[in-house]
Amino acid sequence: MDKMLKIGKYEFKSRLFVGTGKYPTFQLMKEALEASGTDCVTVAVRRVNLTDKSKESLLDYIDPMKYKILPNTAGCYNVGEAVRTARLAREVGLSDMIKLEVIGDEKTLYPDLSGLIEATKTLVKEGFTVLPYTSDDLITALRLQDAGAACVMPLGAPIGSGLGLTNPMNIQIIISRLKVPVIVDAGVGTASDVAVAMELGADGVLLNTGIALAKDPALMARAMKQACEAGRAAYLAGRITRKYFMAEPSSPKEGILR
Amino acid sequence: MKITLNGDARDIKNNSTVKELLDFLKLKSETVAVELNLAILPKNEYDNRCLKEGDKVEIISFVGGG
Repeated sequence: MDKMLKIGKYEFKSRLFVGTGKYPTFQLMKEALEASGTDCVTVAVRRVNLTDKSKESLLDYIDPMKYKILPNTAGCYNVGEAVRTARLAREVGLSDMIKLEVIGDEKTLYPDLSGLIEATKTLVKEGFTVLPYTSDDLITALRLQDAGAACVMPLGAPIGSGLGLTNPMNIQIIISRLKVPVIVDAGVGTASDVAVAMELGADGVLLNTGIALAKDPALMARAMKQACEAGRAAYLAGRITRKYFMAEPSSPKEGILR
Repeated sequence: MKITLNGDARDIKNNSTVKELLDFLKLKSETVAVELNLAILPKNEYDNRCLKEGDKVEIISFVGGG
């Protein structure tokens, strides 16, 4: 049996974290979340829509007893906005975890790393469990760890890009050097991307678009779950060493008919 | 009286409490958070906190996101 993933004071059975954005309907989202096997879902913090008369709300489709709620600060472009959003998210009363995003560039949605470290320090001091979305830079990851982040979440590729892990070496360097869990966040396009991240030794993967915009979100969610489990098992099992420019037969070299 | 609610001017009943405003908007206090003039208002103050002319109120909730 694999051990539980521990982030701050929280424990997770599943190593997959799934976002709740972009699904065609709330019902499809609900089915996908169930199929993914996740026990932690991300949500965004926004002004309530006062003109929407449908009165359907996201929380009608997410059972907080079943899923831990991980609010994000998506859309925040400076420390002040991110901290303000985090405080409001906590005040809702469902979670003191925050997926901290301080975005530095509108086109790539790459994080503003100095702002991210500063916001992490502030929120850790206020008792938040901080999960910062960061780039695949080792030094920033170490600084975030020093600042008290409960884990670090380096991007595999730009948010929503579906490109997979574009720089697996950097992710691997971060994994090899950090004491807190490393969750690969963003860029996952399909199941094999999740498997690659887990095989490298990531403690978990966070994804949204790869499931939400798949033709069949629930089926893709199941694929992501299986890939996460397969990748994790392969990592724990210990892969063979890569041998370049030579083969090694699987069958005995002796006793061959001549 | 006039307040600013989520960035827009809004007329509400004089001396409404935050709870009365939420009820009027058909919002459940357990799924929102309220900021009054840029300071978070704890949930246990919704019942008694009266709004004043010119107050800036933000009401947030969770929506789908990654």
